[in-house]
Amino acid sequence: MIQVLARYIALFTITLIVLCAMSFSLAYLFPGDVLENLTGITPQNAFQRDAIARQLGLDQNYFVQFYYYLVRLLDGDWGYSAASGLPLLEEIQIALPATIELSTYAMFMAILVGVPLGYYAGIKCYSTTDYTLNSLSITTYSFPVFWFALVLILLFSLQLDVAPISGRLSLLFDVAPVTGFILIDILLADNVDHGLAIKDALSHLFLPTVAIGAITTAAMIRITRRSVIDVMQRPYIAAARSRGLSSWQIFFRHVVRNALLPILPLMAIQITTLITNAMIVETLFSWPGIGNWLLQAIYQQDYPALRVGMLAVSTLVIMLTIIVDLFNRLIDPSRDRFERGTI
Amino acid sequence: MRGKLAVICMGFLLVSGCGRNTDHPFYASGIVYCSESNPITFNPQLDTSTTTADATSHQIYDKLLVFDPDSGQIMPSLASSWLVSDDGLTYTFQLRKDVQFHTTAYFTPSRNFNANDVIFSIDRWRLDSHPYHNVSGGQYPYFDSIGLADNIKEIERINGYRIEITLKRKDSSFLANLATDFSVILSEEYGNELLNRGVPHQLDIKPIGTGPYIFQEYRKDRFIRYAQHKAHWRQEDSAEVLIFDITPRSSLRLAKLITQECDATAFPAQSELDVIRTNDKLTLAEKPGLNIGFWAFNTQKAPFNNPDVRRALAAAIDKNTLLEAVYFDSATRAKTLLPTASWAYQNDADDTAYNPVLARRLLSDAGIPPDFSMTIWAMPVKRAYNPNANKMAELIQRYLQDVGINAQIVTYDWLTFRRRLRSGEHDSVLIGWSADNGDPDNFYRPLLSCGAIPSGTNRAMWCNNDYDRLLDEAIETNDIDERRAIYQQVNRLLFEQQPLVPIAHAYRYQAYHNGLNGMSINPFGGVKFGGVSKAQ
Repeated sequence: MIQVLARYIALFTITLIVLCAMSFSLAYLFPGDVLENLTGITPQNAFQRDAIARQLGLDQNYFVQFYYYLVRLLDGDWGYSAASGLPLLEEIQIALPATIELSTYAMFMAILVGVPLGYYAGIKCYSTTDYTLNSLSITTYSFPVFWFALVLILLFSLQLDVAPISGRLSLLFDVAPVTGFILIDILLADNVDHGLAIKDALSHLFLPTVAIGAITTAAMIRITRRSVIDVMQRPYIAAARSRGLSSWQIFFRHVVRNALLPILPLMAIQITTLITNAMIVETLFSWPGIGNWLLQAIYQQDYPALRVGMLAVSTLVIMLTIIVDLFNRLIDPSRDRFERGTI
Repeated sequence: MRGKLAVICMGFLLVSGCGRNTDHPFYASGIVYCSESNPITFNPQLDTSTTTADATSHQIYDKLLVFDPDSGQIMPSLASSWLVSDDGLTYTFQLRKDVQFHTTAYFTPSRNFNANDVIFSIDRWRLDSHPYHNVSGGQYPYFDSIGLADNIKEIERINGYRIEITLKRKDSSFLANLATDFSVILSEEYGNELLNRGVPHQLDIKPIGTGPYIFQEYRKDRFIRYAQHKAHWRQEDSAEVLIFDITPRSSLRLAKLITQECDATAFPAQSELDVIRTNDKLTLAEKPGLNIGFWAFNTQKAPFNNPDVRRALAAAIDKNTLLEAVYFDSATRAKTLLPTASWAYQNDADDTAYNPVLARRLLSDAGIPPDFSMTIWAMPVKRAYNPNANKMAELIQRYLQDVGINAQIVTYDWLTFRRRLRSGEHDSVLIGWSADNGDPDNFYRPLLSCGAIPSGTNRAMWCNNDYDRLLDEAIETNDIDERRAIYQQVNRLLFEQQPLVPIAHAYRYQAYHNGLNGMSINPFGGVKFGGVSKAQ
């Protein structure tokens, strides 16, 4: 196990270094001054410029420069936003949790709704219920998320008026961003009516979560259904049936856990799609997450922000993928111990 | 079947559980205003944009004088009364007592407002030697564009609550200038404290004023938060919290207004007005605005330095089509710089007519080659005076094609756009002006006088000595008829020279929820939330 863990850590480190190298090279590939792309600071005079260049090691070869770049990244010196002048690490620390929060709730929704429905469809396979669920999930899965979110806004916000369309919380609540997760921040704030604020935050969460979650839910239904059908055709199910177990007993003793195993790795793939969808939907709901933040950075040609934004998002995705994969390996002893780390 | 029913019921419960409960009294305690952009600074002395004025002038600050929004008359504010000497050169102001400055986390005032604060605020833009003059750039676009600093001889403190301002020349627009959005009163005590701490630039970032709302927090592209100034001298019924929700997209502002996420919104698009009119929960207030949208030529660049070329371009476009297509008839055609609401409006002023034949002849006479190409800069933001500069630029592009000119449309984000415009990189630009006071001088001087070129409000970069002399003559007299006659000469000169083509005077609109009490359109500049509150 330790060997497997070591492999994963090595894989993670190498991927991270490659990503850092890509992010570093962006400073050279983007238009404009390399020094400004790396720091977000516009030097006021030649003296200041020389001092910064020396600090970055710009007078030395690319490898030394890259080394300095890594050191600064680890130190938390990510440079400054060219548009707002604020430290980028601080900005990302506020934006990234907002995206993670949204994705987490959407994932929960997908698991809580998608997996049970998938089991149900799998057990009742090739019945009317199954066909209905299956066609519904295929339809939902094929919705473009942008369009789907707009339809939700049109229906629930503008027609039915049950949910607001923008932001995470009514601006009337003065909640300071501490963790970046809105529900936790509300509980930490002491100057608001917690019940009212949580209710307000949930009403803001409702539409974006459904918009992102619905598509992943549809995927979950299909994955689970397939897996259940596969398990149901195994000889040990026939054996259990011949032993006289009731269908409920068969389901809980043999189907649930065995069907879950193939689902987990597929779930890891869904996480990437989920986060991408979250970033798209954020812009529609003015959700102050990383997707919205990156889009603003593109509009404002804020190259330092784009450079670290790309690094932060890809690191998050890789980290999640590796963690799920590792978890999967922990609960599934049937997988080859010496299999190499895979993403 | 029962199971399915239960699932459906659960779904409805979930939706209704998440449903909104905006009836809670908490939501009536504050006002959310959907504004269109980020303010550039929190001191309106430093910037003439409407966005900055909206976010600061009437919220954080008070001025010596204010305009009555209905009659346009000058009314007392921090100056409780004033006296003008017989020679028209000396103005004496009696100041209001017991006016408190804001107490915030970053500043606690130890004294009330007095004459020192007025002198500090005026001297900041007036005197080059003032310690704050060069803080935050040292540019005071409004005051620079009208050359007010040069005309003030001295400001004298008579006593703690009385000051005397002496002018060098008579200026009948002086009081009106003190009532504009830019003539705000800052705190001298706060200024000195920041100077001692070595961070003077904070004066314009973390503002302190005497206005009805206290600045609390600003997050770029997100919001500005204000709290009620409970000890405001004008005991008005203001909201406890005021929030500017920065929403650049007009359609989103309208959507938020409908879903009650905003109580009021800035600049509804012309195409959206009918949606607001037909919604019973919303009020659409309208007033003829004191503004002008125009097409200015960069007269310092050849061939636009030739008046014949400018006249040709003016004759090449059909203003009426532009009015219909861009303003949806919510504007009046502009003949001169002055809108109909101004007392100096000239009904029989000369106006250009659509005449492509004349345009082509003038162009070929001026030696413009048939494949000549030029740029039209279209401002990226929506303004009352030009709700869709890009569309207007496209229409003009087509008209110019008919007379053999290739036009390219250029646009940048608002800050870059203004910076490049100021350095004169454009051939022509579609932009405009919202007046800050009702005086005609407030249109003519900032827009086309020589002094307004460096301050960046003279988009035509046009400098004409006759024009400047006429403007000076006009403000030296207090006789309305005499002034009106001079402005008619000015109009004639502008028609001959055509440094810019006046296009439209737009109506001003404001959309808000019926539950908002005390909301009104201020034709003289920025939006005002003092005295506005929400019905419970």
